[in-house]
Parts: sequence; structure tokens; C-alpha cells
Amino acid sequence: MNIEKKIELLRQMYTIRAFEEQAEQLYALGKIHGTMHLSIGMEGSAVGAIAALRPDDLILSTHRGHGHCIAKGADLQRMAAEFMGKATGYCRGRGGSMHIADPEGGNLGANGVVGGGIPIAVGVGLSIKMQKRDQVILCFFGDGAANLGPFHEGLNMAAIWKLPVIYVCENNQYAMSCSTRRAFAIPRISDRAAAYGMPGVTVDGNDVLAVYEAVSAAVKRARTGEGPSLVENFTYRWRGHSKSDANVYRTREEIESWKKKCPIQRFRALLIKEGALTEERAKQIEQQSYTAIESAVTFAEASPEPNLESIEEGVYA
Amino acid sequence: MREITYSEALREALRQEMQRDERVFIIGEDVGIYGGAFGVTRGLFKEFGEERVIDTPISELGIAGAITGAALTGMRPVGEIMFMDFMTLASEQLVNQAAKIRFMFGGNATLPFVMRTPAGSGTGAAAQHSQSLENWFVHIPGLKVVMPSTPYDAKGLLIASIRDDNPVIFIEHKLLYKIKGPVPEEPYTIPLSTSEVKRSGQDLTVVATSVMVKRSLEAAAQLAAEGIEVEVVDPRTLKPLDAEPIIRSVMKTGRVLIVHEACKTGGYGGELAALIAESEAFDYLEAPIVRLAGRDMPIPYNRTLEYHAVPQVENIVAKARELAQGRI
Repeated sequence: MNIEKKIELLRQMYTIRAFEEQAEQLYALGKIHGTMHLSIGMEGSAVGAIAALRPDDLILSTHRGHGHCIAKGADLQRMAAEFMGKATGYCRGRGGSMHIADPEGGNLGANGVVGGGIPIAVGVGLSIKMQKRDQVILCFFGDGAANLGPFHEGLNMAAIWKLPVIYVCENNQYAMSCSTRRAFAIPRISDRAAAYGMPGVTVDGNDVLAVYEAVSAAVKRARTGEGPSLVENFTYRWRGHSKSDANVYRTREEIESWKKKCPIQRFRALLIKEGALTEERAKQIEQQSYTAIESAVTFAEASPEPNLESIEEGVYA
Repeated sequence: MREITYSEALREALRQEMQRDERVFIIGEDVGIYGGAFGVTRGLFKEFGEERVIDTPISELGIAGAITGAALTGMRPVGEIMFMDFMTLASEQLVNQAAKIRFMFGGNATLPFVMRTPAGSGTGAAAQHSQSLENWFVHIPGLKVVMPSTPYDAKGLLIASIRDDNPVIFIEHKLLYKIKGPVPEEPYTIPLSTSEVKRSGQDLTVVATSVMVKRSLEAAAQLAAEGIEVEVVDPRTLKPLDAEPIIRSVMKTGRVLIVHEACKTGGYGGELAALIAESEAFDYLEAPIVRLAGRDMPIPYNRTLEYHAVPQVENIVAKARELAQGRI
């Protein structure tokens, strides 16, 4: 990976962090209707995985999808506007945080149902294959989704038809309050790949380059017609599941220990050590990211509410 | 006009649409060389190959996800769920995903797919293979629900459903598959959301769906011999409903009997009754709105019990006669 791309990945990670910190603030100020699911601490997974894609490739995202959306190249203003339920948002205020979608940009939507995207990825993969297009579909889901029926049906179908799908499991170790230690009798979710006849690999999800390498191998396999793969990004969410989470199921020490493994700080230190960045340039990138989000939020706040006359638009084509 | 079966009419619709539009494909369990559990897709595998007539593992949710994802990215799939009872297994994708994606995306997506499935009792298949669950899907905005009652309607409505840009739940009836009727050879469409008067009469309106249209027409023929003229209206598309022909008919006859196979409580009849009561036809009613529907019970296996679990021709005749004679 060249230096420019590495710097771009750092910028994306900061932008995600800035977006979610700003989202949290807006929520605290009572400006957000509804809930949100923050991926703070998991930026390496979203950015590393999507960095392995081409711009014309497709993704399916999750309820914890702000990072996927930004890494896929979303317009920050339209994204912030959707988060605030405004008419200028990606979904004209119909979707909100949990349903941001940008089909033109290759983001086929976040999803409010755990595991909901896994079977859809089969259809997208089938569609790509039938239309003989040179694309891949990357489907994100969490550790919780790997215990749902759709995981079994979806991975099996993608495997038997050798579809160009990359299944990326973002294992943040908790399905709401249920830890993976309580929900799985196996040490690695990626071990399940063998049951479907596809490669499975677990990587350090807080190492953006390791994620990039693993997903790149899966993308290559998918694009050359060899079929799907399962990549497990082992990571941790710093914040609660959603805004109602009091974090009673884990210790403060555990959370603090993972904050020391921040994927952004780690990558920044690496780039500085490699000589790709100076401290000053890193600070500048960080600052620019926060400024970009502030400006997106200003746009969103100034945007109009959806027109009431349009309330039922989009139910039917 | 030549006569073919309901099943052949469906197959002809599928074949003609697949010939016309390469984006159309079939996906489901045993739809390939086996030809579908009820034979609807027989021969299409040979004609179009395994790439366009796709056999799946037993994965109903996977099928629903596959048609959702394919429709979202430029294809026009036709899925098949072998028995409507198994739509329960596919429901997450149909109800939470397909029905809502367009709306959640702010109108920035279309999902042109059809999910075909046979409903209904009368085959001795008992409680888990005989249900009529149309109203579950009628209740979901974003889905269209179509229930053809004749071979002619089956072909025209299926072609229209394939060409529609929305997810369509297309509900067939097992007892209709072998019924013959006139069907044009060339492709044609029956616009969705068009109710049809299947028989004219001035004494009583019967609104019936699916196999109950056939039974109501048989009942109407018997009643005609007694001098009672029944008008039979078939909604054909349950959602979105074309209510006007129903309301107009009730205004003409002043009496209405609603007949469907699904369980009475929470069934489509309740919706039709409310719609008529809320409409201008209310002032024309000379008797209460009457529903004749499946009993509120699972479908039994025993032949006699099964027969009596859902409305039959004689039940329709008796109820319609009571209503027409002012005894209700």
C-alpha cells in the first residue's frame, strides 16, 4: 500500500471517530430522535475491510454502520442530515442512523435486523454473477449474527454457488450484553467457515493493515470466481450497545484496557514511525476530520425537515 | 380459445417473461429438474438451464434474501416457496427487509420480485401444509398481494407481477392447479389492483378470493336455478385493493357475503367488511355484512374434518340463500 493510501485510511478512521463523537454530543444535547449504535474503537475493521474494495464494489452494512458508510465514501453532509432525520439526508429522513444507504455509492444499506444482510448478500452475489459483472459484495455483520439461522443459510448458499461475497464478521465480543464467551462454544467464529467449505480467518481488527490484507485476499478470491470467504475482525466497542446501555455486564478495567489498543492511535504511531507522517501532519489530519464533521453537522442542522405531504412516498414504486 | 390448466398458465407466463427479459429468473426448492413440488416450473429447467432455474437447498429465508438482493441490484427474480406455511421461515426477509427497503432508502431503490407460493387445504396435507396466510402479508405496507382464481387471471396477473417494480406475494391454490380455462397464447397482463365482477346478479354480492371464487360461482349457478341472482366479485389483488367494483356491487344488491378460506378471525374478510361499512355502500345495505370463512382452527388431516374446516359450495349456497331471503 502506498503512503497516500495509508494516510487516506488514517483520515477515514479519524472521520469516523469524529462523526461518532459528534453524534454522541448531539444526542446528549437532545437533538437526536431515536437511538444509535457507535463503533468507536472499531474503526480499523470498517476502514481496513473497505480499503480492499474498488469504488464500484458493493457493501451491506449493519446497525453499527456509521464507519462502513464513511469508509465507502459517503457524502458527510447527506449522512449527517440523515442521522438528524432531515430532508437532505441519504434517505430523506426515512431511515436514520440504522438505515443509511447510498446505492449509487455502493452502500446497499445499514440494517436494523441482526443478520439481516447475510441472505441479501447471496442475492447480490447471484445478481453480480448472472450479469457477469466484475464486482464483489462485502457483507458486514457482528458476532451476534453468527448465531442466527440466516448465517447458516446465507453462507451455505454463497459457498455452493461460489458467489463473489466477502463475509466480514466484526467480533466486538458482545451481542448487546451477551459475551461471545457465553454465546459460542468455539474459540473463533471463523472456525465455522470450514463447515461451509470456505476459507475462514481471524485477524486483529484493531490493526487496519491486517484487516486490509485479510480482506484483500478474500476479495481476490471472490473476484476470480473462487467463491466466498469469512473474515473475522476481532475488536471491541468502547461504548455501550446503544444509548440505553449502562455497561453493567463488563468491567471498567476491561473497557480501559481496550482503549489502550485504539486502532487509530496505533496506526498513527506506525505511520509516524515509518516516516510516512510527521506529528504535525497527523494532528492536521485529525483536525481536518473533525472540521469536516462539524461542517457536515452544520449543514444537517440547517437542513429542512421532510415535507409532511411526502410522508407516504417510497412505500410503493 | 384454447383451454389450459391454471398450472400451465402460470408456466406459460414464466416462460414468456423469461424469453422476453433475461433479468427474469426462477429460484426455489426443487424448481429445476423436478419441476416444482406442484409441477408449475416443469420443463423450464431444460429450456433455460440451471443458471436461470435455480434449485436451492432447503433454505426459505435464503431464497427470500436471494430474491431481495438480486432485485435490489438489477434482476427481476421469481422465487418459489413450496408451501405457504413455509413463508413463516422466509418472513424476516420479506417483512423486515424487502417490504421496507425502498421506503427506508427514501425511495432510492426498487425491488422488482415475485414470491410465488401455494396456499390452501383440500389435499390431506394437514395443519402444516394447508394454511392460507395471505392476510399476514396484506398487513405489510410495501408488499403487494395477488391471488388469482382462474387460469386466465393466473397468467395475466403473473406477467403483470413480474413486470411490477414492487415485491409481490403471489398466492396460488393447490386445488386450482388442475382447473382448465380459456387462456390466450400470446403474453398479456391483467393490471394489478383491478377487481373483477366474475358473474353479474342483482340480489346479492359475494366477494370471494382464490378457490372460493370457483366455489362461489358454482353456488351462484345453483342459486340461479332457485331464482336468486348472485353477483360474484373477485378482488384478485388483495393489496393494494381496487375497492370500487366491490362498493358499486354492494350498492346495487344491498347484500354482501364475503367468502375466504383463511381463518375468520383476523382474515381478509374483516378488512372487506370494514371497508364496505365505511363506504357510501353502507346506506344501501339491507342486511348485515356476512362473512363465511375457515374455522378458527388448524386444518385437520381426516378427509371429513378437513372438508368441514373451510367453506364448501353447499355452505355458500345456504348462507347466500339466507341472506338473499332476508333471513339474516
